[in-house]
Amino acid sequence: MTLIVHGAPYSTCTQRILATLVELNVEDYKIEFVDLRKGVHKSPDFLKLQPFGQIPVLQDGDITIFESRAIVRYLCEKFAGQGTPLLGKTVKDKALVSQWLEVESQNYNPAASLIVREKVFAPRMGAPSDESVVAAQTPKLEKTLDVYEAHLAKSKFLAGDFFSLADLSHLPYTNLLVNAAGKSDLISSRPHVSAWWNAISQRPAFQKVLAMAKQ
Amino acid sequence: MGIVVLGSYLSPYSLRVLIELEELVVDYELKPVNIKQGEHRTPEFLKMQPFGQVPVLQDDDLTLFESRAITRYLAEKFDGQGTPLLGKSMKEKALVNQWVEVESQNYDRPLIAIVEQVVWKPSWGKTTNEEIVAAEMAKLEKVLDVYEAQLTKHKYLAGDFFSLADLGHLPGTHLLVNIGKKGAVFADRPHLNAWWEDISSRPSFKKTMAKTP
Repeated sequence: MTLIVHGAPYSTCTQRILATLVELNVEDYKIEFVDLRKGVHKSPDFLKLQPFGQIPVLQDGDITIFESRAIVRYLCEKFAGQGTPLLGKTVKDKALVSQWLEVESQNYNPAASLIVREKVFAPRMGAPSDESVVAAQTPKLEKTLDVYEAHLAKSKFLAGDFFSLADLSHLPYTNLLVNAAGKSDLISSRPHVSAWWNAISQRPAFQKVLAMAKQ
Repeated sequence: MGIVVLGSYLSPYSLRVLIELEELVVDYELKPVNIKQGEHRTPEFLKMQPFGQVPVLQDDDLTLFESRAITRYLAEKFDGQGTPLLGKSMKEKALVNQWVEVESQNYDRPLIAIVEQVVWKPSWGKTTNEEIVAAEMAKLEKVLDVYEAQLTKHKYLAGDFFSLADLGHLPGTHLLVNIGKKGAVFADRPHLNAWWEDISSRPSFKKTMAKTP
């Protein structure tokens, strides 16, 4: 049965799903485009799928799942054994992947997404950027990145010496921070974070997702 | 050597792990971390948890932090004993994970912002910012409306079984409703209120809270 991803290829949280599908060598899926600009995500039909009015949503037969980090966990378990082992190979690996996925969710994403919202999304919608938000969030993100720098000096990737869902989860927002928000110095000023960013962002799966986003 | 939790009864995130260990009927040792005296910022602690946060789990040679990673690890490790907190099928587990994320992304943010203003700041002798409380309550109420609709269809969040998703709401909601006295927004929503009454009467919750100062 074909998987259906309700979302938009240019949207960060949808990209988390698409990158996972490509890493897992899953080809039997289709994207059901949700036009955010037309407010489709707030329509009564969409709210039946996702009551918070947010993308992405995954449909797999009679299973409907929302929240991108829950969706990618589901995909990793469903397709275990094929493609990149995104949850590692042991119980301990999986626990550390889960830990760094939570770090991304709790300590990285809040500040990163607020900066991206002001520096990238607001201008795209013709709204003014609130620089006070950027000024407040940047030091928080810098503190987190300092921890990452120390950690990545000892570890090639976040959960160990293997690329995992934890690293992948950082791709969409960090891509915008570096390439659209004018915040590349946050990454480039930290040598181990920089090397990690180069390694994960150059992966063919993510490059393919970025190409999809441009169509 | 068994399960060791480094945490604090003052931290809702530590309590999440302790309540779960009761549900799973797992013996553990709690090593208290004195937050008030900044024990979570000492060099020794930062070696274990570089963000300076509780709780931390030690299980043999595994040191794990982030409460939702810890609770997920424990639920999988002890699958088959105690309450089946991840459901009984891949579909149920996916829905549990979904509602854990909802709690993490949509519920906890405004809740903790409110709790900081109405519970923690007064305890530190600081003033509550009522504008922030009003703004965050408005956000929380929108989320609670979705919960009310969901709980009209099912007894618990992920379906008709108590799961990790429901459990994750216990410590924070206790702070909001029982300590912060913001329970009116629950009382106004009958299914949400019934759910809260149900989950907060579970022995695991009562036993854990009986140990808090």
